[in-house]
Amino acid sequence: MTSSRFIITVIGSDRVGIVARVTTVMASYNVNIVDITQTIMQGIFTMIMLAEAPKENFNLSAFQQAMDAEGKSLGVEIKVQHEDAFRFMHRI
Amino acid sequence: MLINPKEILETIQMVRMEHLDIRTVTMGISLRDCSHPDIEVFNENIYEKITSRAKELVRTTNEIQSLYGIPIINRRISVTPIAIVAESCKSQDFVSVAKTMDEAAKEAGVDFIGGFSALVHKGQTRGDLKLINSIPEALATTEKVCSSVNVATTKAGINMDAVRLMGEVIKKTAELTSDRDGIGCAKLVVFANAPEDNPFMAGAFHGIGEPECVINVGVSGPGVVNAAVCELETPNLTEISETIKKTAFKITRMGEMVGREVSRRLGVEFGILDLSLAPTPAIGDSVAAILEAMGLERCGAHGTTAALALLNDAVKKGGAMASSSVGGLSGAFIPVSEDAGMIEAVKVGALSLEKLEAMTSVCSVGLDMIAVPGDTPATTLSAIIADEMAIGVINKKTTAVRIIPAPGKRVGDTVEFGGLLGSAPVMPVSNFSSETFIKRGGRIPAPIQSLTN
Repeated sequence: MTSSRFIITVIGSDRVGIVARVTTVMASYNVNIVDITQTIMQGIFTMIMLAEAPKENFNLSAFQQAMDAEGKSLGVEIKVQHEDAFRFMHRI
Repeated sequence: MLINPKEILETIQMVRMEHLDIRTVTMGISLRDCSHPDIEVFNENIYEKITSRAKELVRTTNEIQSLYGIPIINRRISVTPIAIVAESCKSQDFVSVAKTMDEAAKEAGVDFIGGFSALVHKGQTRGDLKLINSIPEALATTEKVCSSVNVATTKAGINMDAVRLMGEVIKKTAELTSDRDGIGCAKLVVFANAPEDNPFMAGAFHGIGEPECVINVGVSGPGVVNAAVCELETPNLTEISETIKKTAFKITRMGEMVGREVSRRLGVEFGILDLSLAPTPAIGDSVAAILEAMGLERCGAHGTTAALALLNDAVKKGGAMASSSVGGLSGAFIPVSEDAGMIEAVKVGALSLEKLEAMTSVCSVGLDMIAVPGDTPATTLSAIIADEMAIGVINKKTTAVRIIPAPGKRVGDTVEFGGLLGSAPVMPVSNFSSETFIKRGGRIPAPIQSLTN
């Protein structure tokens, strides 16, 4: 693990307020959005964010749980994964 | 975007829909400094060593799992073959050692512990015999302990005395666990050319050339390969091979990343990465399904051996490109009970024991998780083992037999093990006797291929 950057994916049906509510949770953990995009995967709405977490005093599992809970209340699936999981698989 | 969304979604889909997982993170622990003539002291030594070495294994792998969002299914421990380290114990048997391993595994919170093992390819010592004779009771009275015996190598030939003995041991193990359909045999494997760094059970042990402590990772993903092959539109076999190779590369990279991070955090050397397509009973997570996606009506039809050869080779090539630490078995597993497609193929009569034997000559393991009638004679089991060992010895590869003579069951019955072990339809064996051949004993000499020096 070389960075404190995470890929956040939001998968589910699109609705008003998803970005607002997800980013509110992120803000409360001091997680900054570096890049954001959205697309359709097999007919399902998918939002992808590259986010930077604080280098110190960052509780990953608490953040993941908070994002997961917010996702459940929105009816979408939210995953927070370290960026290496994606870099390693596709790049040498 | 700084990272390609397509790549991100591909990875997410592999995990969400195609069952990509790290099958196991296995910690190898040397027990060579634990030997003692008093078996009670020896047991205390190994308990202390295993639990202190593996103390952080489960916690660390859980952290990595949530960091990367990649499921890690099993945590396991492998130890130096017990026959070696317990050799000097003055006791009649080694059952108490297996029980101690079981307790240590429970304390560490791991799923399995392997290494109740002996290496007897050229002959057996007194310690080896004590261990082999302890296997049935050891497996009947423990939950997490796995046992393996290496009875053949290309360099030494096949120890037919050990082959004969193992037929009897398998029979007895089934009998002692007859209340659970002979599940003891699912934790016992007989090897030719056993790898010393394999992270997969039941055959994992910490070889004598290994360091003090090591992390070996087993990655799986037949579902991912199957999905990749299914996506191709009327491909030829060259294109299929290319796709499998690329997919294997990606899966292996994932395993490498996880393995290196686990070993970094634990301060333990990273050993090897074993990319083996290990099926699970989940639909689609099947090696048989890949072979069928290549165009066979059923796994077991003529052409299956060729298709499996292509698959196994492409997996190895992709893996070798992705990591410099590829080891263990690395290829395709064909355990019947753990693969929904194999089970179906046996049930409809497409796949027989004879075809499976042929398939093992081109893939990474052997006759695996096969249930046969409970009244199969021990000598027939030994003869099945001998055939499989011959394939391994001549082809300079690992082969193995994990066979369950299911007590009270006949051809057509099904044996239920549950979990990753799945369920196995009982398959017919030849009714002609191999008894005289097996009882001759001795050693089948090392083949001419062994004279390489």
